[in-house]
Amino acid sequence: MTEKEKVIPIKTNAAKEVLIHGNEAVVEGAIAAGCRFFAGYPITPATEIAEGMSIRLPKIGGTFIQMEDEMASLGSVVGASLAGVKAMTATSGPGFSLMQEILGYACMIEVPCVVVDVMRGGPSTGLPTSPSQGDVMLARWGSHGTHPIIVLAVSTVKDCFDVTVTAFNFSEKFRTPVIVLSDEIVAHTREKVALPSADGVTIVNRIRPTVPAEWFQPYENTPGGVPPMAIYGDGYRYHTTGLIHDSRGFPTDKKEEIKTFYERIHKKISQRFHEIQIVKNFFTEDADIIIIAYGSVARSSLLAAKTARQNGLKVGLLQLVTLFPFPRKAVETVLRQSRAVIVPEMNLGQISREVKRVNAKHSAVITLNRVDSDLITPKEILAKIQEVV
Amino acid sequence: MARGTTVVHQYLRHDAIFPHVWCPGCGNGIVLGALIRAVHHLGYPKDEIVLVSGIGCSSRMPLYVDFNTLHTVHGRALTFATGIKLANSRLRVIVVMGDGDAVAIGGNHFIHAARRNMDLTAIILNNRIYGMTGGQSSPTTPYGMYSTTDPYSHIEPAFDISEMAACAGATFVARSTVYHAQLLQSLMEKAIPKKGFSVVEVITHCHVQFGRANKLGTHIDMMKRQRDQAVPVEKAQTMSPEELKDKIPIGILTDMVRPVYNEEYENLKKRAGLTN
Repeated sequence: MTEKEKVIPIKTNAAKEVLIHGNEAVVEGAIAAGCRFFAGYPITPATEIAEGMSIRLPKIGGTFIQMEDEMASLGSVVGASLAGVKAMTATSGPGFSLMQEILGYACMIEVPCVVVDVMRGGPSTGLPTSPSQGDVMLARWGSHGTHPIIVLAVSTVKDCFDVTVTAFNFSEKFRTPVIVLSDEIVAHTREKVALPSADGVTIVNRIRPTVPAEWFQPYENTPGGVPPMAIYGDGYRYHTTGLIHDSRGFPTDKKEEIKTFYERIHKKISQRFHEIQIVKNFFTEDADIIIIAYGSVARSSLLAAKTARQNGLKVGLLQLVTLFPFPRKAVETVLRQSRAVIVPEMNLGQISREVKRVNAKHSAVITLNRVDSDLITPKEILAKIQEVV
Repeated sequence: MARGTTVVHQYLRHDAIFPHVWCPGCGNGIVLGALIRAVHHLGYPKDEIVLVSGIGCSSRMPLYVDFNTLHTVHGRALTFATGIKLANSRLRVIVVMGDGDAVAIGGNHFIHAARRNMDLTAIILNNRIYGMTGGQSSPTTPYGMYSTTDPYSHIEPAFDISEMAACAGATFVARSTVYHAQLLQSLMEKAIPKKGFSVVEVITHCHVQFGRANKLGTHIDMMKRQRDQAVPVEKAQTMSPEELKDKIPIGILTDMVRPVYNEEYENLKKRAGLTN
């Protein structure tokens, strides 16, 4: 059975408008992208994703399983992906912390999968039903060791659909786990969204090997850095290990092979950075004050920018959808043209550190942080703009 | 070459990195040999077998054998196996773990795989010690024994892996020692085709770590001890707890039929409205 035959299309093939919340839109996006395996563990405010999957997946021939913890959830997701089924899990901070080791394993063995982290206040149990953006650096650096990763952020219910599809496509294209950062506000905001028809969704599937089995090298150093991926049962019997491995997948301690391994898994993402960098520009063309925001805060920022414009201020918004690899080019562009950038975040400064890192004294980087369990309002951002003016 | 060895060589990855990591005299090779012969005897194609392992000496096993092989993270091999089996039910998924891997760090996954009666076969090599990290105590280290983290002797009672598997819901549980290599092979031949969660516990020796710490002699001495301690399950049933002290019941401990998760889920799909 080929990948294509396995994917049963959604019954409602036509485009439709629905009233759903962010977590439900993640479910729709995942299914549209071809996800047919979900494993999860209950956790607020991500649970609706698991509940939605438990309803939807069996109807279309997929599998939902509630595992005994978050480590088991991601473990079985990686297993399902190795066996050829697109797979996802969803969690929140405490669960995401637990997943970090297996996330690193998925990076190491280059298995496509999607992990949604609906961020809540932390550390520890923190604020289970309140929003936060405290997991940004955890998503980038949470797993031990030098590894590449792709992290995307959603800001609206529509984003939850679109970005989840993109996450699956990136994971398949680059053979890597992709993290989708949502937050409690996006997750539980209910709004009308237009969902595309099944034909209206672009789907990317992993490249499978076509060479004779004896020629197959599961971790070949291909020019693009992404070797074709064989599925269990395909006839390409190969070894996969979390140990640093050579092109055949066998453990190695040869310096040259170790170097080749690290270079390849990083270059496969860095050299196609332009395909991964997703940002949205709002009124930035002539702006001299630019807000850089992501997640639900981007939404407050957009209203703040619009209001400022009405007041005659040249304010723009750069919304980051891709958080990592950090969209350096887009950020540098707004840093060069502006006299100040404002980085509002529901943490004590995580993406603002990245902005400062690439700044090179072009612009003033002003932070606006909130960690008291409430969202950052347009009014607060507007006040900060007035301060800067 | 003996006929058994010829069979084994048909399944080894001669182009992989040999020599293997195991110490001379280790029992892991006996288990791998039994596993290969069992699969060969059952007639399963190599392509259908997925051999999954965790971390530890015994978990290096998949590297050497020409199946679909997956060397995962410490303690969680069963979770990867669960995903593989649910994604493609035609695959026969066999999981190799050590005692620390299966019932210390992986204890939660172990009891839940058993409870669900997931259609997997777990082969647990129990040498009662963490060998790879240098001989620390594990959940199966007997009370009063010594290890590198028990310089004043071990004060914890040990898990009985097979009993725990049966209590948690495994539908096939069997135990052998590496001394009883032929029994081991025959138990594997029953465990692998069994629908549901099947467990084969293999008592093996780590003469390098456990043996040295407890003055148990060479690997040969330790295998002789396995021979002397083993009693067939049938005989063990007639013995008193006192008589069974320091004995190892070997054979089939549990063989029953219970709904299998994978079949239950197929039924669930129909209830959910899957038509084709």
